[in-house]
Amino acid sequence: MSGEVFSALRQALHEEEAVVCATVIRGEPLGAKLLVFEHGRTVGSLGSEELEAAVLSDAERLLQSGEAETRTYRLSDGREVEVFLEAHLPPRHLVVIGAVHIAIPLVAMAKELGYRTTVIDARAFFATRERFPHADHLIVAWPDEALTQIKITPQTDIVILAHDEKFEDPALHVALRSRAGYIGAIGSRKTSQQRVDRLRRAGFTDEDLRRIHAPIGIDIGAKTPQEIALSILAEIIAVRRGRYSPQPRPAKSSVAVISGKGS
Amino acid sequence: MRDILPEIERWISEGEEIALATVVRTIGSSPRPLGAKMAVTRSGRMAGSVSGGCVEGAVFEVALEVLETGQPRLVRYGISDEQAWDVGLSCGGTIDVFVEPLVRKA
Repeated sequence: MSGEVFSALRQALHEEEAVVCATVIRGEPLGAKLLVFEHGRTVGSLGSEELEAAVLSDAERLLQSGEAETRTYRLSDGREVEVFLEAHLPPRHLVVIGAVHIAIPLVAMAKELGYRTTVIDARAFFATRERFPHADHLIVAWPDEALTQIKITPQTDIVILAHDEKFEDPALHVALRSRAGYIGAIGSRKTSQQRVDRLRRAGFTDEDLRRIHAPIGIDIGAKTPQEIALSILAEIIAVRRGRYSPQPRPAKSSVAVISGKGS
Repeated sequence: MRDILPEIERWISEGEEIALATVVRTIGSSPRPLGAKMAVTRSGRMAGSVSGGCVEGAVFEVALEVLETGQPRLVRYGISDEQAWDVGLSCGGTIDVFVEPLVRKA
C-alpha cells in the first residue's frame, strides 16, 4: 500500500469518514489501491481509467451497504482483473431515549458490539455517569431537542424506552422524519397500537409507521433487563443484515380451566 | 482494519516493517468474514486474525516473504489443500487471503 493511500485511509478511520478501499488482488498492477469517498472523491490509482470508472460505481453502492466483495472486471483490451472492495463505515450509533433500568445493560452490551452510544433523558437524576459508565454521550434534555443536536444517519439506531407519551411521541416525530436505520419503541401490543393511532392522527403515513419496531426486540422470551437488552440488539442486527422478519407473538396468558364439580 | 489500527500505529511509531493479510474470498463455511485482517511485523509480532487460528501460522510465513520481496501475494487455504493436515480449515471451507506489504523499508 502506498504511503499516500495508507495515510488517507488512517485519516478516514480516525475521522469516522465513510470510505471504500479497492485493491487489485489478481492481475496487474497487483496490489494497486483506490480509496473512494462519498461524492466521488478518490485517492490512489488502479492503473486504468476504465477500471477505476467501473470500480467507482460498485464502490458507491458499498458506501451505502457497508459490505465487502471481490469482483472480476474484464477490460476492453481483454485483460481480467480481480478487485477486492471493502467499505469502512463509521461505527454504528445507538441512541437510547429514556435512561431507564433496561438502558443500562443495553448500553453496556452495545459498547461490546462496537457501537457508539448516546443516552438521552430529560430527568437529570436518571441520566447520570454513575448509572451509565459505558455511554459515550449523556444528554439531559427533552428527547426531541436532544435528537436535533445529533447527526442522524442510516448508521444511527434509535431505541425509545421512555414509556411515557410525553417523552416518546416528540422523539418519534423526529426519528420518523430522519434517515435512522432502526427505530424501536418499548411497550405492550396495546400501548404500541395506541401509539400508532396517535402518530397517525399526527399525520404520519402507514409507511412511516411500519418503520417502528414495537413491541421492541425479537421474541426470545426475555424477562430480565439484560435479556430484553439482548433481544433488542438481536433485532437491530437482524434488521441491519436484512434478516428481519416479524414473528407472531403468542398471547401471554390464557384462561386456565379447572375441572371439578360445579357448584 | 479499525480493530487492529491501534497496534499497527504503535508498530509504525516503533519503526516496524508490517505486512497486512486480508480475507478476500470465502467459499463454504469460514470462521471469519470477508475483510478480516491480520497484521504481521518483520520482527514477528501479530495482531488480528484471518481464520480463528487454523491458518495463521501459514499466513505468518507468507507475510514475512512478502516483506522480503515487496511483492503482494494471493494465497488460498482450504481442506482440499495438499497441506490440509498442516494448515487446513477445520470447518471445511476455503478462504483466499491477500497478503501485501503495508510499511516496508526501501
